[in-house]
Amino acid sequence: MTNTEATPVLELTGIGKEFGAIRALHSVDLQVLPGEVVGLMGDNGAGKSTLVKIIAGNFRPSHGEIRFAGSAVHFNRPVDARGVGIEVVYQDLALADNLTAAANVFLGRELKRRFGPLALLDHNAMAARALELFGELRSETRPDDLVKQMSGGQRQAVAIARTRLSNARLVMMDEPTAAISVRQVEQVLGLIHRLKEQGVAVMLISHRMPDVFAVCDRVVVMRRGEKRADKPIHQTSPEEVTALITGAKEAA
Amino acid sequence: MMAMPMESPISFTNVGRIRWWQRGIFASQTGYVLLALAVLLVVMHFASPYFFTEGNIQNVAKNFSFIAIATLGVTFVIITGGIDLSVGSMMCFSAMITSMVMTELSSPGSAAGSLFVHMAADGKTVLANVPGLILLLSILAGLGVALLAGLVNGFCIAVLGLSPFVTTLGMLSIVRGLGYVVSNGRGSFPGGPDADYFYALTSGDVLGVPVPFIYLVVLALAMAVVLHHTGFGRHVFALGGNEKAAELTGIPVVRVKIEVYVTCALAAGLQGIIISGWLGSAPANMATSYELNVIAAAVIGGANLAGGIGGPLGAIVGCVLLEVIRNGLVLAQVSSYWQQTLVGVIIILAVLVDRIRSRMI
Repeated sequence: MTNTEATPVLELTGIGKEFGAIRALHSVDLQVLPGEVVGLMGDNGAGKSTLVKIIAGNFRPSHGEIRFAGSAVHFNRPVDARGVGIEVVYQDLALADNLTAAANVFLGRELKRRFGPLALLDHNAMAARALELFGELRSETRPDDLVKQMSGGQRQAVAIARTRLSNARLVMMDEPTAAISVRQVEQVLGLIHRLKEQGVAVMLISHRMPDVFAVCDRVVVMRRGEKRADKPIHQTSPEEVTALITGAKEAA
Repeated sequence: MMAMPMESPISFTNVGRIRWWQRGIFASQTGYVLLALAVLLVVMHFASPYFFTEGNIQNVAKNFSFIAIATLGVTFVIITGGIDLSVGSMMCFSAMITSMVMTELSSPGSAAGSLFVHMAADGKTVLANVPGLILLLSILAGLGVALLAGLVNGFCIAVLGLSPFVTTLGMLSIVRGLGYVVSNGRGSFPGGPDADYFYALTSGDVLGVPVPFIYLVVLALAMAVVLHHTGFGRHVFALGGNEKAAELTGIPVVRVKIEVYVTCALAAGLQGIIISGWLGSAPANMATSYELNVIAAAVIGGANLAGGIGGPLGAIVGCVLLEVIRNGLVLAQVSSYWQQTLVGVIIILAVLVDRIRSRMI
């Protein structure tokens, strides 16, 4: 599925991060190719979320280099990361319940039409574009429905549609399947497939082994701030990954 | 690998459409409070032959306009999930500054006054150099102090992260205190050559419609457009719905918050200036505890103190309901002391009905 000749969309070399005397990350190298789904696994405190926050621009790395689509990048704020095409779907989805699906998709980047000195919201254009995005994700979500009336799967679709709006090239999803029903997990994994089909690279941060094995091309295991394994999914097994996460097996 | 985006429209096999009566105004507290108001109006019509007379309706329209403009402002704040307790004091202080500036600029003897007025030939009448200029400046001064207080509220809440309740409770006391300081507790009266314009603009009427009511309608329409058709309005709702989400999506949260508190203070200031025109003075204890009426009206009309819900229609419906009840009790010759009790009951009832309704769906 993956093309080894392609330029990696994200390339980390020797990324390290210290918080005072605590070494949260040590010399992490990682490549993500376009259209590739990489599972990022590890126990609490293994350094997953620090790594994600560095890629998303929340933290600056103490060491190492981040290259995005071939060129070196330095993020000071999350907005900078979003600017080059990195989107994060947060665990709690960051949706405003009292607004419609379309309003949430366009939150902070509303489409407007000018009427003389006034710039008024272009409701029709936003609803039409949102419907198109939901169509691409094959999610039965109406742009005019309030998010508060939606299922967990639909909410995920809204949060993911938001990343499609900016044509993100890398989407990081933080525990998207942690708190939803079995049927909705299927929907979310389906959404990840849709992103992949469109050439978007996805990093899936998850504790749920079956989900990682269902959608990922590759799995990266973190332990004690270091990358302990980076294997194509078909060359490993849930048992091996569990052993790597817990430390029963040091590295693979 | 690079599949084309799906062009075929989605079919909604599992997701039904929300029925019209389960969405929008029909499913809101504003909707059924409006219904309750309509029922109340019919009851009033049969209970008292005086209720639907022109004079009484004018009276009702004028009276509810006296708190409704401030209620529009407070509704902005409530939608973001905040609260502003300083509106009552703000009304008084703005009104007071307006009439004091007007009096000061209209006295020919003073340094400032000599620029704006001169004595007529008879030696008694004071004439304005430019008619209307004093009025304009004094109203700007009144709104200016409101703007400053709103900025301080907004800065403390949005930048320093203080709680809106505590900040505006402090501002309630600060502004009321300043009112006593500048007036020495005596209150002030709009005076000078522009006073007639002032009264015409605040307590006059156009073709039988009280001017405060006209201001209210214009401001409410403007507010509806701002809330539902501008990016700012969208951000106000988003802030009340999920502040963290608003921040993560790049909404300028600090700016929006400061803007709503300034808007609220300006609305309160304008309201105070209008009330002082109707009273003919700005006493130092004017509009004491009005913040409670204003917030009560907003809440009855459907603004949710938890944030994310509210609008101009609800604000007005809340004010009208309170005024109709007050008016009704007077017409029914019930002791006016009952009014406050009844208002309290209605606040709780309105919120209770909303709770029951949202459980049923």
